[in-house]
Amino acid sequence: MHADPKGVLTGVHFLDGDHACCEGTLAAGARFSAGYPITPSTEVVERFAARIPTVGGVFVQMEDELAASIAIQGAVWGGAKAFTVTSGPGFSLMMEHIGYAVMTETPCVFVNVQRGGPSTGLPTLPAQADMMQARWGSHGDYGIIALCPNSPQECFDLTITAFNLAEEFRVPVLMMLDECVGHMTEKVIIPEPGQIEITPRHLTQRPPEAFHVFEPGENLVPEMVQAGDGYRFHITGLTHDERGYPSMNVEVQDRLVRRLQDKLKPLANGRALCETEHLDDADVVVVSYGITSRVAQRALQLARQKGIRAGKFRIIQAWPFPEERIRELAGRVKAFVVPELNLGQMVHEVERAAAGQAKVIPVSHAGGGVHNPEAILKAIVEAAK
Amino acid sequence: MSEFECVMEIPEDARNPVEPFLRMDRMPHIWCPGCGIGTTVNCFVRALLSSKSDLDHVAIVSGIGCTGRVAGYANLDSFHTTHGRAIPFATGLKLANPKLQVVVYSGDGDLFAIGGNHFIHAARRNMDLKVICVNNLTYAMTGGQTAPTTPGQVISATAPYGVFEPAFNLVQLAEAAGAAYVARWTTYHVTQLARSMGEVLNKKGFCFIEVLSPCPTLYQRRNKMGDGLDTMKYYKEASKIRHGAPTGECALTKSGEIVVGKFVDRDRPDYLELMRTQLHESLGERYAEPEAVCGL
Repeated sequence: MHADPKGVLTGVHFLDGDHACCEGTLAAGARFSAGYPITPSTEVVERFAARIPTVGGVFVQMEDELAASIAIQGAVWGGAKAFTVTSGPGFSLMMEHIGYAVMTETPCVFVNVQRGGPSTGLPTLPAQADMMQARWGSHGDYGIIALCPNSPQECFDLTITAFNLAEEFRVPVLMMLDECVGHMTEKVIIPEPGQIEITPRHLTQRPPEAFHVFEPGENLVPEMVQAGDGYRFHITGLTHDERGYPSMNVEVQDRLVRRLQDKLKPLANGRALCETEHLDDADVVVVSYGITSRVAQRALQLARQKGIRAGKFRIIQAWPFPEERIRELAGRVKAFVVPELNLGQMVHEVERAAAGQAKVIPVSHAGGGVHNPEAILKAIVEAAK
Repeated sequence: MSEFECVMEIPEDARNPVEPFLRMDRMPHIWCPGCGIGTTVNCFVRALLSSKSDLDHVAIVSGIGCTGRVAGYANLDSFHTTHGRAIPFATGLKLANPKLQVVVYSGDGDLFAIGGNHFIHAARRNMDLKVICVNNLTYAMTGGQTAPTTPGQVISATAPYGVFEPAFNLVQLAEAAGAAYVARWTTYHVTQLARSMGEVLNKKGFCFIEVLSPCPTLYQRRNKMGDGLDTMKYYKEASKIRHGAPTGECALTKSGEIVVGKFVDRDRPDYLELMRTQLHESLGERYAEPEAVCGL
């Protein structure tokens, strides 16, 4: 299915990442957003508030992030595609409802424009320190999808991908921007609606009497339904059976929680989005994402000039982590260099996937700025020895 | 014909008229003997019947707690959400599909402690939601701890020497925050409660009904207040129907007078009406009316 032309601002634009992300939501078909202001993410919903009344939809500014992150889920069950936007402290407040979206398999998108933490931290400065929180921040066992754009163009493109993946897998998808990418202004090309692929909600065609709201299909994902269509369905955050009824049964719990993880396996194995360069002859691979990947690009260039066979692995889809790709690389390279705007988060995943087959060298930065490419280069030189 | 004979004539396959509105495959329910929540559900079903609501367009949203389980027993599109967040979930549901009649059915702890902020803001916005609060004056599901509604002097699991902090007067709070309709009944007042529920199903805007309900297991017992029946007798004797009473005079105490009735019934434009008016005024023909925001 192609994008609804009403939401698509076709043309060549000069936009920052936050605004491009907003255009992505509209192109993807989002017609509902609930938000609570927080720097450096607010521009996404400011633009949405300005745009949506002429497109046809609703923006509501809620009283806090708890409200925003559950209002979008009410809207989804009312039939809308919906998202919210936040940063550090607000992301912490949204954790319970990321869990609720996982448990109730509510397709929705959370945009987190990362800033320095912990706590109020550095409201106007970048970091990439919420990567583990994105994966593990809500309680219990579960899986989510997280995407890391590194340019305003990708903020547009990947936001559409995020909505499409949310519908395909019925999970919350987290757009993990950082303050730099969110506030960087670049050329953004918005294609014709007919060139934008949209995954429609997979509403069941079964009659109500033959429909169970959490009966999984072959892909382990149940069909969707929406309020007002006569299905009289029940949704709960409690452990539930295929009818959606609460259950205290150990087997029901096991079946449900394993399925919530297993349905995402195709994304960890092969379908993981990434961008690579010079991996064929690489001795050292720089694994990076978001704004850090653009700094790393310079370091890679300098390393090649020095004659070091350095390759690039840019993580676009951070979760599920592309572990098969990293494991395969680990068998044939000397080392991975992992620069991040945190004190070491995704580097642990690289280590886990590499499983001792290659050295893994973190290049940490506590946030508030970006790396000096020389720091990454130094690590590449060390790793190549 | 005597009453006895009348009872005997009920055919064996007779069903309680509320059964089609309940998920009978989920019975028995979890509520304790003497609990009033089931009584309120009965009244709610009667209100749905009397208001001639199209049940395919009625959605019920609950939070967490004993009353939070109501959604799960109602044979409607039903949502058992997170603790305190029934109202913001309902807000999203209503705004995405304004054709739905959205009822929030939850307890005093859920709506007024953890969810208190959402309550006042939804009332302020005059969001078109019907909020039914079963007030048993305690956190019952977790074992009878102090709630923001627990009256002074009451013994609770977390106030073993007596509650000393002041309680919320829910009807006053609702009125002050902007609710279009505010009423209070007890589970003794089944006729009046069902009538009030029917009224709000036909009224636009943020409507609030507080229903005082016994919790024999965790409130009455700990305070030596007897069982469910004793509480009914107390409700009967202590309740005074005062429609239009100033809500500031309607605070509840441990064993004093219970003022019940309809206190507020006013017309305010609701959120969607305000939104449409404003956007029409500002944008003119550029405004795209969101009939339903689905567009899937």
